[in-house]
Amino acid sequence: MKTGFSVFLAAFVALGASWFGLVYAPLEQLGRAQQTVILHSTDAWPPQRTGDVTLGLQVYRASGCVACHTMQVRQTGVANEIALTDLKDHPATDFKEFLNSLLIAPPLDACSNVILANLEHWDGKVPVTLYSGDDGAVVAALADKLKPAGVKTATGVLASGSDLARGWGLRQSVAADYLYDQPVQLGNLRAGPDLSLIGVRAPDLNRHLQHLYAPKSLVKDSTMPAFRFLFEVRKKVDGQPSPDALVLPPEFAPAAGLEVVPTAEARHLAAYLVSLQASAPLYEAPFTPVTAAK
Amino acid sequence: MNQSGNNTAGANEIDTSCRVPLLALFGGAALWLVLGLALGFAAAMSFHAPDLFADCSCLTFGHAQAAANDLLLYGFVLPAALGVVLWIFARLSQAPLALPIVPVVAANLWHLGVLIGTVAILMGDSTGHAWLEYPRESAVLLFAAFLLIAVSAVATMGLRANRDLYPSHWFLFAALLWFAWSYSTANLFLLSAHPPRGVVQAIIGWWFANNMLFVGLALLGIGIAFYFLPKFLGRPLPGADYILFAFLTLVFFGTWCGVPQGAPVPAWLPAVSAFAAMLSLLPVLVVAIVLWKIGRGAGVKCFGGPLCFIKFGILSFLVTGFLYLIGFCPSASRVLDFTWFGFGLSQWQLLGFMGMILLGAIYEILPRIMHRDLPFPKLAQVSYFCFAGGVLVYVLPLMIGGVVQGVKLGDPSVPFADVSAVVLLFFRASSLGQVGLLVGALFLLLNVLVLTVQWKLGLLKLVIAAVKAPLSVPACAPASTSNSAPLSTSGEVKS
Repeated sequence: MKTGFSVFLAAFVALGASWFGLVYAPLEQLGRAQQTVILHSTDAWPPQRTGDVTLGLQVYRASGCVACHTMQVRQTGVANEIALTDLKDHPATDFKEFLNSLLIAPPLDACSNVILANLEHWDGKVPVTLYSGDDGAVVAALADKLKPAGVKTATGVLASGSDLARGWGLRQSVAADYLYDQPVQLGNLRAGPDLSLIGVRAPDLNRHLQHLYAPKSLVKDSTMPAFRFLFEVRKKVDGQPSPDALVLPPEFAPAAGLEVVPTAEARHLAAYLVSLQASAPLYEAPFTPVTAAK
Repeated sequence: MNQSGNNTAGANEIDTSCRVPLLALFGGAALWLVLGLALGFAAAMSFHAPDLFADCSCLTFGHAQAAANDLLLYGFVLPAALGVVLWIFARLSQAPLALPIVPVVAANLWHLGVLIGTVAILMGDSTGHAWLEYPRESAVLLFAAFLLIAVSAVATMGLRANRDLYPSHWFLFAALLWFAWSYSTANLFLLSAHPPRGVVQAIIGWWFANNMLFVGLALLGIGIAFYFLPKFLGRPLPGADYILFAFLTLVFFGTWCGVPQGAPVPAWLPAVSAFAAMLSLLPVLVVAIVLWKIGRGAGVKCFGGPLCFIKFGILSFLVTGFLYLIGFCPSASRVLDFTWFGFGLSQWQLLGFMGMILLGAIYEILPRIMHRDLPFPKLAQVSYFCFAGGVLVYVLPLMIGGVVQGVKLGDPSVPFADVSAVVLLFFRASSLGQVGLLVGALFLLLNVLVLTVQWKLGLLKLVIAAVKAPLSVPACAPASTSNSAPLSTSGEVKS
């Protein structure tokens, strides 16, 4: 490093390499992404947005909601599950015997212990989970071989992780979920809960409006600041409340004769929150909830 | 650089040439630091009393916190660092600052950009991208101002009498390239009329934040510390080969970090970042070795002087660098991501590492360029303890609270309300540190302001004296340009 030029060259090559790797390559890979297709369906994902939802994202950005809320769910694993859902009048003992005979051949022999352990205290009630693990081949083989036996099974892919256990998502977030976001508001702090699935968890628009106006009226110990500046407190016309006035508990309601009416911004923001429903299984993030096994 | 120290007349001339540009940069930086810390305090108030700013959209948490973060980075750290870089380059070149009027103009453009950006965020016109919240107008101003300052800095570097480069040259020169490239890339992509689709925006944002807050600050901080430490400790910088190794590994590996583990992006991106983060531990380790070599047994006491600031800052670099890189390890990221840990860490990087080094440098440089002592040297010393204590009380509860939060979030049987309640205790404790920081910053602002006023009064006296002087004085004598007046003041102080 004797000359300024050599320093410049080293810095230029180093930063240039990372520019190609972390800016140019992702642009090439994802920059021209289009809608994708929901798994086992012909529907497109993500759905096109309506006007108020698009405007709502701008209110979300302008209010700095991203400072406290993430919009990305992580999963730690995937489990392939197969459950017995219907014995079709076969006695449970017969089924067990038949299953035992299957467990000798690969690939099932490798996990015969696991499967037998699942059925050790089985009293014949269905549904019962036969196998749940990361080996998809086992599930496929079991489903294949149990079919001729005349019993019904259900297979599924279960995403797991603490975020999912909290109900914040049904699967991990993937790049496709953010196709229409401008700006993308992933967030990096969970001072409040994750919002990827808030539209499924709380589908009521009016509930969102009330929560924005007075968070404590719905969540007692909420640390969320109130967003009263998105609302208008005004006099009732002829003593009659207007149709969109908030219905608030008495301790949060304004003085008599006044009413709280959401502004257009508040309505857009609530519409945007209701639209956050990352609930579709995708090729890169599959899940089929096995309702039977739960 | 040692020669320039011996040649006092040269040093005087060099310092004087830096006076106006550096005052413009440091003065604004001190003001933004106070405002940034005050806004950060206002933002934290939202967690003490959630409904405090319910009717005031300007100061709602999302606005105030973003504005505070950007004020610290763009308002305080960058202009102050650029000022220090100008001075170090002039000293290392043993030549007066080249094009001294250019950085003065640039400093004003820069501060205007910060003002516009801050107002825009508070009014709800933020772009929504972390660390890039300033709108387009503001970004253009900042970038133009930066280019002007960089031109002056590189021109000064080109004037050097001894053609050999000092290690600080590598780091600081590279830092100039870093800001120019990463800031322009990020803004051109994210704030254009047709930004890239979807999650690519987040990837570019991470790339920028990593190159700014980790690599960029490391380049600036190490470069400045490696200039001052040998002077303060009175011994040469050891192991040029070690330092070269640290420089090259930092720029080649550090730049690839940034994509968090588990992010909703193609899996190769977080994998590359995790691998690069592991390799980036090398420069942190090597800097630690160099510090050990230069600092061991030096026995220099500092009592809140510039050396204390720089020691605290460079040690903070080691700690924050290590913690930052460990955060890319998948098992650590599962606990630490999405918690207050990351927030506390970035505040430590900005205030505890870079901020402390800059404050030490400013307190060291100010008396030299003004040719007079600080008006309140005692307050400068007190401000060290305010800052050192303030930073630790501010960030440590946040980071410990973040770990607790991460562990509890990972256990789905703990309700989210309980997680929030526990974290709130840590968060409230951290606000005390913000008060300490604010007091320290006010002492800095007081010193800079009074020093500036004293200097302006001196200039005014010169002008009055020139006006009152007998007419036989040649017409060129009055202090009509900014260059002639400071030179004559310096002559008086010296005699």
